[in-house]
Amino acid sequence: MKEQTHKSPFVILDMPPKQENLHVPGPYTRSPSLSPRANPAAEPVTLTINGKEVKVPPGTLVIEAAKQAGIEIPSYCYYPGLTLQGACRMCLVAIEKMPKLQTACTTVVASGMVVHTETEEVKNARKAMLEFLLTNHPLDCPVCDKGGECELQDAVFRYGAAETRFMESKLHHEEKQFSNLVYYDWPRCILCYRCVRVCDEGLDVNAYGIGFRGAHSEIIPNQGEKLECEECGMCIDICPVGALTSGTYRYKTRPWELTYTGTICNHCGDGCKTTLAIRNNVIIRANNRDHSGSNGEFLCVKGRFGWDFVNHDQRLTAPLIRKNGRQETSTWEEALPMVVERLTAVIKEHGPSSVAVIGSNRTTNEENYLLGRFARTVLGTNNLDHHRTADFSSLVGALTAADADGRYATIEDIAVASSILVVGNDPTHQHPFIAYQIRQAVRSHDAHLYLLNSQEIKLQRQAKQVVTVAAGGEAESIRALAGKSSTVSDDLGTLQENLRKESGTIIIFGDEIRGSDVTTLVQWGLTLPGQTRFVALGDYANSRGAADMGLLPDVLPGYGSLADSTACAQIESAWGAKIPAVSGRNIRSILQGVESGEIKALLVFGSNPVKTFSLPKEHLGKLAFLMVAELFPTETSEAADVVLPATSFAEKSGTVTNTCGQVQVLKKTMRKAGTRSDLEILLALARLMGHPWSYRTADDVLREIIAHVPGYAIALPNLLVGRAVQTQPAGTPPALASTDLVFSSKDSLFTSGTVSRYSWALNSVDEAKKPHGHIF
Amino acid sequence: MPGYHSPMGNSPLEVKVISKRFGLPNSSSLDVFVQHDGYQALKKALAVKPEDVINEVKNSGLRGRGGAGFNTGMKWSFVPKQSAKPKYVVCNADESEPGTCKDRPLMEYDPHQLIEGIVIAGYAIQSHQGFIYVRGEYRYLLDIVDKALAEAYAAGFLGKNIQGSGFDFDLCTHTGAGAYECGEETALLNSLEGLRGYPRIKPPFPAVVGLYGGPTVVNNVETLSNVPHILLNGADWYSKLGSPKNGGTRLFCLSGHIARPGVYELPMGFPLRRIIEEVGGGVLGGKKLKAVIPGGSSCPVLTADEIDVNMDYDSVAKAGSMLGSGGVVVLDEDTCMVKLAGRIMRFYAHESCGWCIPCREGTSWLKHLFDRFHGGAALANDPDTALDVSMNILGKTLCPLGDAAAMPTISILKKFRHEFEEHIKLGYCPYEKTVVMSEK
Amino acid sequence: MLSDSLLKKFDQLIARYPLKRSAMVPLLLYAQDEVGHVSEEVIAEVARRVEVRPIEVVEVIGYYSMLHRHPVGKYNVQVCTNISCMLRGADEVFEHCCKKLGIKNKQTTPDGLFSLEEVECLGACCGAPAMQINYDFYENLTPEKFDALIEELKKKEPRSKM
Repeated sequence: MKEQTHKSPFVILDMPPKQENLHVPGPYTRSPSLSPRANPAAEPVTLTINGKEVKVPPGTLVIEAAKQAGIEIPSYCYYPGLTLQGACRMCLVAIEKMPKLQTACTTVVASGMVVHTETEEVKNARKAMLEFLLTNHPLDCPVCDKGGECELQDAVFRYGAAETRFMESKLHHEEKQFSNLVYYDWPRCILCYRCVRVCDEGLDVNAYGIGFRGAHSEIIPNQGEKLECEECGMCIDICPVGALTSGTYRYKTRPWELTYTGTICNHCGDGCKTTLAIRNNVIIRANNRDHSGSNGEFLCVKGRFGWDFVNHDQRLTAPLIRKNGRQETSTWEEALPMVVERLTAVIKEHGPSSVAVIGSNRTTNEENYLLGRFARTVLGTNNLDHHRTADFSSLVGALTAADADGRYATIEDIAVASSILVVGNDPTHQHPFIAYQIRQAVRSHDAHLYLLNSQEIKLQRQAKQVVTVAAGGEAESIRALAGKSSTVSDDLGTLQENLRKESGTIIIFGDEIRGSDVTTLVQWGLTLPGQTRFVALGDYANSRGAADMGLLPDVLPGYGSLADSTACAQIESAWGAKIPAVSGRNIRSILQGVESGEIKALLVFGSNPVKTFSLPKEHLGKLAFLMVAELFPTETSEAADVVLPATSFAEKSGTVTNTCGQVQVLKKTMRKAGTRSDLEILLALARLMGHPWSYRTADDVLREIIAHVPGYAIALPNLLVGRAVQTQPAGTPPALASTDLVFSSKDSLFTSGTVSRYSWALNSVDEAKKPHGHIF
Repeated sequence: MPGYHSPMGNSPLEVKVISKRFGLPNSSSLDVFVQHDGYQALKKALAVKPEDVINEVKNSGLRGRGGAGFNTGMKWSFVPKQSAKPKYVVCNADESEPGTCKDRPLMEYDPHQLIEGIVIAGYAIQSHQGFIYVRGEYRYLLDIVDKALAEAYAAGFLGKNIQGSGFDFDLCTHTGAGAYECGEETALLNSLEGLRGYPRIKPPFPAVVGLYGGPTVVNNVETLSNVPHILLNGADWYSKLGSPKNGGTRLFCLSGHIARPGVYELPMGFPLRRIIEEVGGGVLGGKKLKAVIPGGSSCPVLTADEIDVNMDYDSVAKAGSMLGSGGVVVLDEDTCMVKLAGRIMRFYAHESCGWCIPCREGTSWLKHLFDRFHGGAALANDPDTALDVSMNILGKTLCPLGDAAAMPTISILKKFRHEFEEHIKLGYCPYEKTVVMSEK
Repeated sequence: MLSDSLLKKFDQLIARYPLKRSAMVPLLLYAQDEVGHVSEEVIAEVARRVEVRPIEVVEVIGYYSMLHRHPVGKYNVQVCTNISCMLRGADEVFEHCCKKLGIKNKQTTPDGLFSLEEVECLGACCGAPAMQINYDFYENLTPEKFDALIEELKKKEPRSKM
């Protein structure tokens, strides 16, 4: 059985219970009922379990109280945080003064209660339930995907029912393919309804139901024989047996043949923890196996299935060098000196200002930090930028200016917030885990959700108030709320009134708010009651880290301004080199420079400006030299003189910072032969250009970041034990030069920039063909 | 011709209280009802305090006629006086217990009696809306009750300000669509809310959290039909009709191998032997009695030697069975008890909602075991296995349906073990004298 | 298409309940009476009217034994074989029904006129053996009575359908 003592993402709350929630009109899943909620603030209740005295908050379930005493009570239908079912009867225990066995998952503790979980009667009941479950369950464990990590198998091993008395023929229904990613094998299903509930209560997709009744009851998908859903695969993950299996994993391997490495998902900016399972240097599956991190078992479709691009055949595995107008396969030994030679030539002829560097919002903090150092001190240019998907810089500046630089909300804070305002963005698509956290806040303690958006988004279902504005009207509304505009609609007036009644609102905003509007939002937000906190939503795994590490022309690592000599001096001392004084070009200006011919050499790391910035490809032809480090051929790399095969998130170590500003560790799990990480590439280039940096590993870089980058003075042990460590950036970065520098890619649940084009899983599902922003 | 003629017994031993208007011409009409004391009890009730009504019913010893036999007044008293959510009265007319057909005549011949009882119950708990949940197969009864409801509304016995009392009460029918499980009160509430009829976790009980989350009283048709008579004639009169702690009369449905099948109203505590021999005219065709199911298929069977029992809740319980729903099924000497056990289990396997494991898997297992056993493929350890499986269902399910399946099975396996042994020995059914594998 | 009178009935039924979803089973049953089965169109219409997702309607249909998603005969013959009826010869009656109609349990005659179904207790135990044809009860059944009834029903049908 999977370890059940993990921290559940569903309800871990320090909220006082509400009276109506103590009652469970369930078990039916469509009912909006909640499980009873323990009240840690109240006087604890003392009860005895197996002779051990246990003190727990009132409202605690017996099964949870036992867990706290280190006593395991097996269960299938009970799942922390999901509504109670009382269906599997595995958790039957003897409670003194009660005439028959009671289900520990539905019984709330009472003072003086005496519980026994290991009497003969209880053991026999458990064994009987397992015998019942095995009657129609096929014993196809040797070919079942779940074999080895099956909760039924484990319980039978532990509690018996080793021999069968069942002499009848087993009921059988044919296996069904609900989608390319989800298969349902009826005979294996033990009808614990976890899948139905996680889809309803966790994802708010409601894609599952229950068909027929009695022994023929089955799980049914919402579209006749097929599912139409977010394809998150939570149902597969949460299935205790092999009834729901994954289209990408089924029949591939045995779980004990895999090597598991916990790392961070690389798609959106939420930074979910995930475990990559490797066999023969190939990723076989991803799930957050130890349920660590705030996402627990949560992963969206990209996190759970969208890693397959790493294994894709079209991955670049050898450097390409343009010879006679054609890109030809080459070697690192040839390619790297060539890059250095060409760059040196350009710098010599046209000066360092003719060189520009575009970074990535997926690469690690260490890589971003080094890229900045490389550009500013090796190439000698501040022409450095990346595709900014959120205006983190303005947020840091505004909070610092307001002397409120502690007001960054973590991703965990969102789930326990009592009031949340989301301005712009569609978190369900762009930030699935943040959307999940918001839903948990509403579901588990009736948090108030306010939306200000120009489009219809799925979170409206949970919202207390929705203010719909004209396209692009979010910023204007913020100005109105802050009293900087006269166009205050009734809706905004009500929103203002509502928010003034809340306390400690978390304000989450997308790319609709940028530049001075961020300042306005922060200033207004800080006038709301309580400790208002903020989250800026940026697209990819390390958008935040790219900004934090100073992949910006005028901003240093830690948001010091290039114009601020003290800030410069601090970084310069770490680097032992001067930062050029001449101001740098931002990305729009770089691309204009490419067009005008002022930029002669361009280095692109993990970015595709041709697509992202609609740059006419022929402009790249004007460059004297273009180098691209990438995973796959892109519209930009096709024009490159040298293409370097880079590694994906799975193939390198380092750290990434989520959109809330929390740093987490990325671990190397495997490596596609022939590829090199950006860090390795940068170290090699620097060395070849006469800058033999002393870093050997990403860890060395991280130590330097911790020591020298403002806001990143984090405790290394916290990071190494797997926590998401909050950063506290503060600085006075220059104002945003132009709002068109910040824009989101507006990826859907099924897209993730270039890499999603190479994911079979993400492209194979019918839902990916739905119009953008479709609500499931 | 399609007959809407619920079978009514006719015996001089009957004590007719709730069936007293049965047989009157046009007995379902408001006019006939009013001519025979109709709605007098309601007027009386509306003149006193709600808690007085509850006390009167409590003191009468009226116990739930659906089968569980809980004191009705007590059940009503659990409803909180103050409630943020509306309170409801739900009449359980989902009569589905095999061997039981008593609610049918009550609704067919005297729907106003039921309506009056429901309004009184509504007044007692201060609810303002009620539902009559009628099983889907009883479509014709829906029409009869709907007609009576319209009459009651028109005459001011339902709706706003009933009989000038200031009390409002709305009542309508609701149809099920074929599910025995919906007779379980919490499953019924889920069904009434438009969900699958799965039972709910208890506590909380419906009296506290019921329909739409509001405090709810769920009572059987027969229970509610008794209420007007208690109010009209007093708790004392009512309780004295029956035996101690078992007030009033009871409708018994005599079926199976009985000479005069039918629904008979007899005092609580009437001896079972006399019901069979005197009221029902003895075993059909003068055969010998083998066993009796005293209160619907969920009850443990009583052997011919065990029928000297008074038919009230406590006495039948003492004899090892249950008064249940009043469905007395008589089995003659030629009945194969293995076949009976199999048929009963087939019913429960068909009706198990499938929610919880022991009931879902256990009933299906036993159904197949009994079918195989009776069909001639009996194994020596089958009776022991069946008994053990039944014991593993008993007391471990979410709702009483599991117990209902296990109890008769256990009794048959224990009391008629020899019949099972005989099947094993012969390799075929001694009664059917042939090997027939069931296709069911 | 559902008839106007049915749609009017829908409105009346929905108005009875504090929660629209409560009307789901009655709506489905009345729609089935008119259409002959619960068609996809009925599911969509009921889901729309009681404001639930179609899957919730499908769940409910699967649960209740009287609701079916595929057409059945014009006359749905439902023979009770539960204990009271079994003791009074219901198995023999059912076997006879199979022979007479030439179909087995849960089958429909080729002309679409009759369906046969073995059902659980109908609440006609004192008139055992009993059956329902659609919603009409027939009690104290014998093979002879059944034959006469079937012949009568057949006579009601226009020749072309036979």
